[in-house]
Amino acid sequence: MAESAQERKLPVDDKIHTWPHLVRMEFLVALFVLIGLTIWSLTIDAPLEEPANPTKTPNPSKAPWYFLGLQEMLVYFDPWHAGVVLPTLIIVGLVVIPFIDTNPKGNGYYCFKDRKWEILTFIFGFHILWVVTIIIGTFFRGPGWNLFWPWQFWDTHKVVALTNVDLPYLLGIRSYWVAAAFGLFAIGAYFIGWMGFFYWFVLKVKGKDFLERWGMVRFNITGVILAVMMSLPAKMFLRLAFNVKYILVTPWINI
Amino acid sequence: MSPLEKIKNDIVESQVWKAIFRHGYDDTPRNRVMMVTSNVFLHLHPAKVRRHAVRMRFTWCMGGLTFLMFLMTAITGIYLMFYYRPVAEYAYADMKYLEFDMPFGMLMRNMHRWAAHAMIVFVWLHMFRVFLTGSYKPPREFNWIVGVLLLVLTLLLSFTGYLLPWDQLAIWAVTVGSNMARASPLLGYEGPFAEFVGVNPIYDARAFLFGGGEIGPHTLLRFYILHCIFIPLVASILMAVHFWRIRRDGFSGPSL
Repeated sequence: MAESAQERKLPVDDKIHTWPHLVRMEFLVALFVLIGLTIWSLTIDAPLEEPANPTKTPNPSKAPWYFLGLQEMLVYFDPWHAGVVLPTLIIVGLVVIPFIDTNPKGNGYYCFKDRKWEILTFIFGFHILWVVTIIIGTFFRGPGWNLFWPWQFWDTHKVVALTNVDLPYLLGIRSYWVAAAFGLFAIGAYFIGWMGFFYWFVLKVKGKDFLERWGMVRFNITGVILAVMMSLPAKMFLRLAFNVKYILVTPWINI
Repeated sequence: MSPLEKIKNDIVESQVWKAIFRHGYDDTPRNRVMMVTSNVFLHLHPAKVRRHAVRMRFTWCMGGLTFLMFLMTAITGIYLMFYYRPVAEYAYADMKYLEFDMPFGMLMRNMHRWAAHAMIVFVWLHMFRVFLTGSYKPPREFNWIVGVLLLVLTLLLSFTGYLLPWDQLAIWAVTVGSNMARASPLLGYEGPFAEFVGVNPIYDARAFLFGGGEIGPHTLLRFYILHCIFIPLVASILMAVHFWRIRRDGFSGPSL
């Protein structure tokens, strides 16, 4: 787009007056959205259930829909990780985006070709991990946080076999401390392996010059954030395919 | 000059009118600029904008609509505040009263709730659009950070409001949503390393949020104040920064 604009030799000043061009657009859009909101509010009532009763826990208890992605992560990670560390890292990850994305192209216009990996990463994190987990939590979770089809009867007595075991146990390690050491090793290997892969990947896709310009700080922050992001699908895969409960088991934290 | 035009002229030329509006109405470039610069609300905009930045297929209108939804929740929220008492004994009864007895009570409540949900969807789509157009790139990095904070505040605004109806949906959704806090490393009594810090169920991160060990009347008041005063205030300040930065840096666009 930038090139074509130059080719066509547009005048340097392509500005138009805010009044009426922008204000008119804002007014019309606001009008239509408010009409839509009013019609929606006239037809669908906000829910109001029976009075609050702290002694009567509903099953399932669901968080507000926009937090169901976080609640869904609780299936795969402990609360301190899924509920505190990962949300914090999501916010940190969003904040650092402008500082790790040094690509000067695609500033102010839609462009997929020049920013393929940036856009794919964002779509993966936002649409796949965030939105899809919200949809799962909203429509596919029933009593006991078990999976149900949306049209399926919510059987509160559904029996689900608890067959999950820790990864070290699955691999035959029975000693407590060896298992903890193995877990630590597995987590460390995941991060080191990921960083190695990421290094190779950036080198292959973007080249050595880019890596030098990008710098080690940006490379490491990006790599770690991506490693954490990919740890969710990784853990989901281990859980769903091999019934792995934890990878690292210690008296203080389990991952 | 027709009679109608004369009446219009008399009004527009009157001292009172000129005391309020400092621009004329003739369609001249000068008046078009004055319309924006001499109006405190329209002044949020620059007087002129890049042609492409006005198009809907560029902006999706999502940032402006998020702000519109904020205004709608503020207006309907004030109406609801007249009839709602954040006291455990009254809160639920006030909801029923509001729904069945107050003029337009149900409509106001519906609009408040659906606008709040819409605001969350719009702010997510706004973030997605800003990412797609790379509008966070220099010199707009800081405004992206302000935007992320506003996104978090939007979620917190909705979350604190979720408790106020004081029905089963409210307290259990907020219970589930807040249980994370008690699992915070070091700061929550069920979190890792809590035993080294000495936090307990009535003295940890969740108790700080709740104003006690469990959700109760204290939590209702706390969330009410957060929802109606504290978070909107902080969000308004950040919005002012957000909009001001856009005005300073201009809308993002391809270089000419």
